[in-house]
Amino acid sequence: MSVSRKDVKVIATLAQLDLEDHAAKSYIQEMTDILAMIQKLQQIDTSKIDPMPHPQDIQLRLRSDELTEPEQRSELQSIAPSTEKGFYLVPKVLD
Amino acid sequence: MNLANSGLNQIAEALDNREMSSVELCEDYLTRIDDAEQLNAFITIDREGAIENARQVDENRQSGASLGPLAGIPIAHKDIFCTKGLLTSCGSRILSNFISPYSATVVERLSAAGAITIGKTNMDEFAMGSSSEHSYYRPVLNPWDTTRVPGGSSGGSAAAVAAGLIPAATGTDTGGSIRQPAALCGITGIKPSYGRASRFGMIAFASSLDQAGIFARSAKDAALLLDSMCGYDPKDSTSLDIPPPQCTQKLETPLDGLRIGIPEEYFTAGLDAKVAEIVQRALKEYESLGATLIDVKLPNSDAAIPCYYVIAPAEASSNLSRFDGVRYGYRSEHGESLAQMYRKTRSEGFGPEVRRRIMIGTYVLSHGYYDAYYVKAQRVRRLISNDYSRVFETCDLIMGPTTPTTAFEIGAKMSDPVLMYLNDVYTAAVNLAGLPAISIPAGFDELGLPVGLHIVAPYLEEARLLQAAHLYQKHTDYHLATPDLVT
Repeated sequence: MSVSRKDVKVIATLAQLDLEDHAAKSYIQEMTDILAMIQKLQQIDTSKIDPMPHPQDIQLRLRSDELTEPEQRSELQSIAPSTEKGFYLVPKVLD
Repeated sequence: MNLANSGLNQIAEALDNREMSSVELCEDYLTRIDDAEQLNAFITIDREGAIENARQVDENRQSGASLGPLAGIPIAHKDIFCTKGLLTSCGSRILSNFISPYSATVVERLSAAGAITIGKTNMDEFAMGSSSEHSYYRPVLNPWDTTRVPGGSSGGSAAAVAAGLIPAATGTDTGGSIRQPAALCGITGIKPSYGRASRFGMIAFASSLDQAGIFARSAKDAALLLDSMCGYDPKDSTSLDIPPPQCTQKLETPLDGLRIGIPEEYFTAGLDAKVAEIVQRALKEYESLGATLIDVKLPNSDAAIPCYYVIAPAEASSNLSRFDGVRYGYRSEHGESLAQMYRKTRSEGFGPEVRRRIMIGTYVLSHGYYDAYYVKAQRVRRLISNDYSRVFETCDLIMGPTTPTTAFEIGAKMSDPVLMYLNDVYTAAVNLAGLPAISIPAGFDELGLPVGLHIVAPYLEEARLLQAAHLYQKHTDYHLATPDLVT
């Protein structure tokens, strides 16, 4: 099974990655190779097997809805690329 | 005292007997790190912080205060563990300015036991790789032969311990990232059971596979560190609320009637003849020590790499979506709109292997492929896990080679991702099943490159793993060898 240029473009868009034209070519080849390797899974009979999403067959723990973390907004925002008055700044979304 | 291969007990004893202070010890290791700068084992060295903390431990020792089991002993952390106030880059440009506001639980626990953090070790970007060549900074070199890779992704930690730049270091293992570099660098590397060590503050790659572990010069040292590092942490929802493994306490317990399963699938095409010979010799050694070798079958072994390369990239593509240039880390200056800023930041911030895995992960999770790839891989994952459960009904441990070859040359596999992925052919299945495993030095090939013996135990049986490794190390001296580079 091979991956097309169109597939690669769609995937890059979903993954929020830029795709230069010269890079598309190598992605097509590499993804085709990797998918060929993954394709081996299709030969295995798993008709009576439940998926195993996690090594622990348990439910995630729940805890009571109580405040556990102290307020540390300024500390956390001190490492942000751009902030103002406690908000994160990003390039304009609406004109 | 020869720091190149001193055990933690010897170091602790020297500190206890006031033969040296912790400050002197840290200074000696810092000199060794400077002298071996060409290995590129470290991304960050915290000289001032280490000396300051060492001075504090020395003062506490003088005043007779009670000290932790690792008091004053310097260690290094893989740069995937958040360390408060220090750069935590994860080997990536996208975190190349990230000074973590908090520390990982593993880091805190080891510090609480008295360990001194001397620095952060180099690694494959976001732990994706088997050679430590995929670092944003520079590739790590193998101290046994600097034209070769140390393995990966925790290659900096492995190279640093092998070269005696530090007595022990942390690592993480998602598909073999502790055991494979431990094998290629000739040291002991253990990955505990999934859930034993907290993942809080450990930058996520594939959350259902990631587990923190230890590189050390012996099983005995690894046991001491593992005991300090593991334990329940409410900040990690997958952390097990059970008593710690108490590996040190059980280390000398005899392994009467030990049954070792030898999977026939591990000794087939693809395994280097010399590696096979050395591993067989190690198995004979266990037999002479009273163990029984049993032939076993892990029929889905071939499926481990394909299964892993669906699940790990899928989880990675989801985990790495958080890196968007908004809250922390690198932000591209080229984005005029928000969407463009996201894309430019991620394309400039992530290296080629990380982008490739995000692409694969996004593909297998996308509409139309989710069931065919992702859910299918999860079903195969259960088959792989079931294989282990069945085999462990007839044996106590599984042994085989850690890697198909010894350390390969730098650049040899960089242009062929699939070839690179096959380095984890014996290790990845263990992560899929969540089991504990260790790699210990078992000898050297004709080029003098180390070979690792891989030992896998049933879930939560870390102590048994370390007992067996310790038994071998009491009767062999491969783990005491040091590379010529080291003086």
